[in-house]
Amino acid sequence: MAASTGPYTLPPLPYAYNALEPVISQQIMDLHHKKHHQTYVNNLNAALASQAKATQSNDISALVSLLQKIKFNGGGHINHSLFWENLTPPDSDASKLETAAPTLHKAIVSRWGSEQAFKDTFSDTLLGLQGSGWGWLVSRGNGGKLDITTTKDQDPVTAPEVPIFGVDMWEHAYYLQYLNNKGGYVSQIWRVINWAVAEERYKHGIDSSKTFKPAM
Amino acid sequence: MSASLFRTSFARAALRAGAASTPKAAGVAGMTFARGKATLPDLAYDFGALEPSISGKIMELHHNMHHKTYVNSFNEASEKLAAAKESNDIAAQIALQPLINFHGGGHINHSLFWENLAPKSQGGGEPPSGALGKAIDDTFGSLESFQGKFNTALAGIQGSGWAWLVKDNQTGNIGIKTYANQDPVVGQFTPILGIDAWEHAYYLQYQNRKAEYFKAIWEVINWKTAEKRFQ
Repeated sequence: MAASTGPYTLPPLPYAYNALEPVISQQIMDLHHKKHHQTYVNNLNAALASQAKATQSNDISALVSLLQKIKFNGGGHINHSLFWENLTPPDSDASKLETAAPTLHKAIVSRWGSEQAFKDTFSDTLLGLQGSGWGWLVSRGNGGKLDITTTKDQDPVTAPEVPIFGVDMWEHAYYLQYLNNKGGYVSQIWRVINWAVAEERYKHGIDSSKTFKPAM
Repeated sequence: MSASLFRTSFARAALRAGAASTPKAAGVAGMTFARGKATLPDLAYDFGALEPSISGKIMELHHNMHHKTYVNSFNEASEKLAAAKESNDIAAQIALQPLINFHGGGHINHSLFWENLAPKSQGGGEPPSGALGKAIDDTFGSLESFQGKFNTALAGIQGSGWAWLVKDNQTGNIGIKTYANQDPVVGQFTPILGIDAWEHAYYLQYQNRKAEYFKAIWEVINWKTAEKRFQ
């Protein structure tokens, strides 16, 4: 799909398309990044262009009707941009919670008792989603209280919560490889969580201009 | 809508025994058969019979795995609900409602979906006639115009869900409505024809090109079932 003109662009993946194998196949990464994410970016830019036009012509009904489109496609762009960055090749240094994220590791253990208890709770939350959506580890402000939360469809995590890392539970994120076995996807995803990025977000928050609007 | 679609094993035994129906089998909304077990209905055609519109692999997974999971999870939630009623635990009964809605809805939606599909050799894609054909022409101008609007509705679903041609029970009018996730068509509206817009319904064959799936599925729509539901 051709890139559209507009303020937002598809951020490049921070690793090769096959770098997450065998946890996430190259085919999934290809489609997910180049097709799905690109579509959110295109539709976001189109909705923002319509919004600018409606603002200029004082068309309040058009403005209101554009809100959901902006939320959905803007959320899709935000969520996927965060997702690519919070993944890393299996067995990479960043994939090891205790060493890559000492501060976050401590906070997780103090909140859930153990790394395993946290992962079990998070996994159960992911599997309890009804329909499309995302599971997130969030922090209430930088270095704040941790929680596990879900957002439906492409709803993004919003302030005061900071998304530490997210897991995409839309079927397009795993279906070509795991089919209806989403439990298999959920158990494998832990091998590719980028704890170094999670640690950075936990301590310092998200740099929005860098993450969502890379320099053109 | 045919109550037998969502029959329970309880009702199935009753039907075999010669009883036309029982109050427990007659529940359209699925809530009334909590005491029996919901069961996976058989398909009226082979898994591969809807090709090339829908691949055999998709049909097999969709029916044997996805629909089966809704059936099992609905039965599980129903048992918990029955126990909560037994013990007068109102909070637990309320807490179970989302699971009943989701899995019960999944069972209802898929049961209706299988029956409103048919291979071309069994009339799939043959345009509606009679009262429903007329209602579609009156409401939407033509079948093509209706299909265009229906596909626009499908494409506009943000996340998982279904689009339905429904009849408004208050006015008798027909219309197109979308429902999130597995929310079933109940209450004011009667489901006439549904198309599954969950990614599992098409992804193995169409990937992100969902518009192609929405276009191809009309080749295997069983309008005879839709007409019966409309009457």
